[in-house]
Amino acid sequence: TMPTDQATRMARTYLVFAVALFLPCVAASTLLTSRWSAVPQAPPDPILGVATAYNADPSPEKVNLGIGAYRNADGKPIVLRCVREAEKKIATDETAMKEYLPIQGLEAFRQVTSQVIFGADAPGVKEGRIAVVQSLSGTGALRIAGEFIARYNVGTTVYISDPSWGNHHTIFQRCGLQTKKYRYLSPTMGLDIDGMLADLKAAPEGSTFVLHTVAHNPTGVDPTKEQWKQIAEVCKERNAVLVFDTAYQGYASGDLEGDAWALRYFANELNMELFVTQSYSKNFGLYGERIGALNVQCKDKTTADRVLSQLKTVVRPMYSNPQLHGARLVSGVLADPSLKTLWNQELKEMADRINTMRTALVKALEEIQCPVPGEQFKDWHHITRQIGMFAYTGLNEQHCNVLTDKYHIYCTKNGRFSMAGVNPGNVKYIAEAVKDAIASV
Amino acid sequence: MSRWSHVEQAPADPILGVSVAFNADTSDKKINLGIGAYRDETGKPWVLTCVKAAEKKICDDLSAGAINMEYLPVQGYQPFLDTTSSVILGKDSPIIKDKKIAVVQTLSGTGALRVAAEFISMYNPGVTVYCSDPTWGNHHAIFKKAGLVTKTYRYLTKTMGLDIDGMLADLEAAPEGSVFVLHTVAHNPSGVDPSEEQWKKIADVVEKKKAIPIFDTAYQGYASGDLDKDAFSVRYFAHERGMELMVTQSYSKNFGLYGERIGALNIVVKDADSAVKIRSQLNGITRPMISNPPLHGARLVATVISNPDLYAQWDSELKIMANRITSMRTALVDALKKIDCPTPNPQFTSWDHITSQIGMFAYTGLQAKHVEVLQEKYHIYCTKNGRFSMAGVNPNCVDYLAEAMKDALATKGPSDL
Repeated sequence: TMPTDQATRMARTYLVFAVALFLPCVAASTLLTSRWSAVPQAPPDPILGVATAYNADPSPEKVNLGIGAYRNADGKPIVLRCVREAEKKIATDETAMKEYLPIQGLEAFRQVTSQVIFGADAPGVKEGRIAVVQSLSGTGALRIAGEFIARYNVGTTVYISDPSWGNHHTIFQRCGLQTKKYRYLSPTMGLDIDGMLADLKAAPEGSTFVLHTVAHNPTGVDPTKEQWKQIAEVCKERNAVLVFDTAYQGYASGDLEGDAWALRYFANELNMELFVTQSYSKNFGLYGERIGALNVQCKDKTTADRVLSQLKTVVRPMYSNPQLHGARLVSGVLADPSLKTLWNQELKEMADRINTMRTALVKALEEIQCPVPGEQFKDWHHITRQIGMFAYTGLNEQHCNVLTDKYHIYCTKNGRFSMAGVNPGNVKYIAEAVKDAIASV
Repeated sequence: MSRWSHVEQAPADPILGVSVAFNADTSDKKINLGIGAYRDETGKPWVLTCVKAAEKKICDDLSAGAINMEYLPVQGYQPFLDTTSSVILGKDSPIIKDKKIAVVQTLSGTGALRVAAEFISMYNPGVTVYCSDPTWGNHHAIFKKAGLVTKTYRYLTKTMGLDIDGMLADLEAAPEGSVFVLHTVAHNPSGVDPSEEQWKKIADVVEKKKAIPIFDTAYQGYASGDLDKDAFSVRYFAHERGMELMVTQSYSKNFGLYGERIGALNIVVKDADSAVKIRSQLNGITRPMISNPPLHGARLVATVISNPDLYAQWDSELKIMANRITSMRTALVDALKKIDCPTPNPQFTSWDHITSQIGMFAYTGLQAKHVEVLQEKYHIYCTKNGRFSMAGVNPNCVDYLAEAMKDALATKGPSDL
């Protein structure tokens, strides 16, 4: 055995040696490690992820039925002719400056946007009791509404259709609000009106109901006028805070007024206080310019003025004031009678092409005797009954995987087809793929 | 009765409220020294020639079907993202080369600060955010909206110089890991910037306190006319000191793109993996706020920066703006001297603080009582803290302005220090 003092000295030497090696490693790892190294990778956005996967696919047969943006019969995105004309005007206008807009947005745009949805003769418009802020399209409008509701309708729960646009829940939750679902879809892809009414009736008084004005996303299933009246009864009885999400006015049927029926019934005929969010992404093809509005119809003008002042306090610490360009384009078109007429014409063209493709897809499926996606279906006619950008086909995730893996057809896993992605060049191919997917699964 | 009868009228925004009052004034003598936007020597707003050229190109490309208006990715327009970090860090920054940076396109500086604030409240919850006293009014509101507590650090001496000792002491006293909001250049509202030596001392404290620096960059190039010079503070912290930091960028002033809302949030980190993950979380913040950012402003900036001729044009137009502002500082001080206008308080030995300050604003040393006289008697509008937007000064009105200031001081006495 070693003498104790020598053992102690050796132990001490080893200890010093170990510490001398260890400490710099710790220090070095601190130097090389980010203070945010624990930040996790966020899960990919399911909807946007479809486009990413599609873009990465080299197959010449690939079909994008994922993202909800219009495509022409050649499968290409378009810029509306009325928008191109409005662009030229702005680019050649020597008097057009780029100063800050007011917090609430471009005045000319604010005036005209509420007329688009409520109607120029709507009592709320004429009496100046609609608070309007220009917003970053529909998302921005919903977020501002959510922040306002969280502050002034404290404790309200937000009821959202099941299914709905995925971002709805995220937006309201980010405002600190609890979200729940109300039944919406029947097993055969129609409206489950009884389930919907029951769930809304069971909601606490003062709850917030998110309703899709027209062309429900993702199902394309809308209430009939009679059903809207039933829904209105429940909303009144529950004293609900109403949010009408309007992303497809004019785009759905080609008729701006027709597509606004539900909102105008609640707002003009029943004179209810309510929120309406508007997006001009689809009906103006202005997706990337992020132009929309939040409208808050109030009982009187003084309330609307106060509400507007508070909406501005939501905007200011978010982005100060909204951007010019999209607002100028929309108000520029709407202020020019010939451009406005052209816009209406282009709306009809887009809506007609979508509807034609619904018919064409159903015909193609029937022609090859493609079986229905589930035994609860009698036929494929839910696709032609649905309206707007999307068809909720009834296909499930496994079907969709076959479509993607074998046929390079991309869509969201809930069987939602963006009908804008369908064209005469690919409709038969899609039908064949659907038939094969149903047979395989 | 309305279900929103309990909603109160919000108070008017102090800064933007000045413009409202100015617009309502019918006097032909009126001067707007309120809002921080560039004006030429005739008092008119200016759309840069390089921007107009870019806009025509975009319009032509749209007409030709070469580009469209599809949604941008959540993080923004890639050609813009590719260039914006090199504007602030320099083209040859190793940070960019090594991808140790997370970048997202934002709605100008405000949007960038809000995204940064939301990120901090998620991953550094409970930290306190320190802003200079004074600072841009919206700073506190933005961080508070994200659920963070804000405090102030001393910044200005009584005679409008940098109170470096007070600043360093207050930052030193902050808890470890606090957030420090720093103004990259051309401090808003004071125009008082640290010297390079003082920035080094500030960096020492930031390092010591393991603080998170946020560099609010609203005036790069606009301040001195030189983009590289104006970026010194950020580049020093990021390159020389190797610190992790956040940089918000606004192209409102240096590109004159105020209303198009174009900017970026850059988060500089120690490794590329963290940058990728951080960027994914920034997208998670943006998605339920705006989904994805607007096209137009991003296209304008990217088009100019990537085209050598337009870039050279931008560079020269930056110098035009910066030089005009600087010459107006000199002109105002000369005008004040010419009429023997007393300084705001005997503690000021001269009016030279106006010429030593830089950027959009002059923190004159006048106070609310003087501002009242300027507004009511002379139709000269500015914020109550005596902040002048120097862009609103031009050769035609500088003498009138000097007279008004002299009268205000005579009527209301010196500032209370």
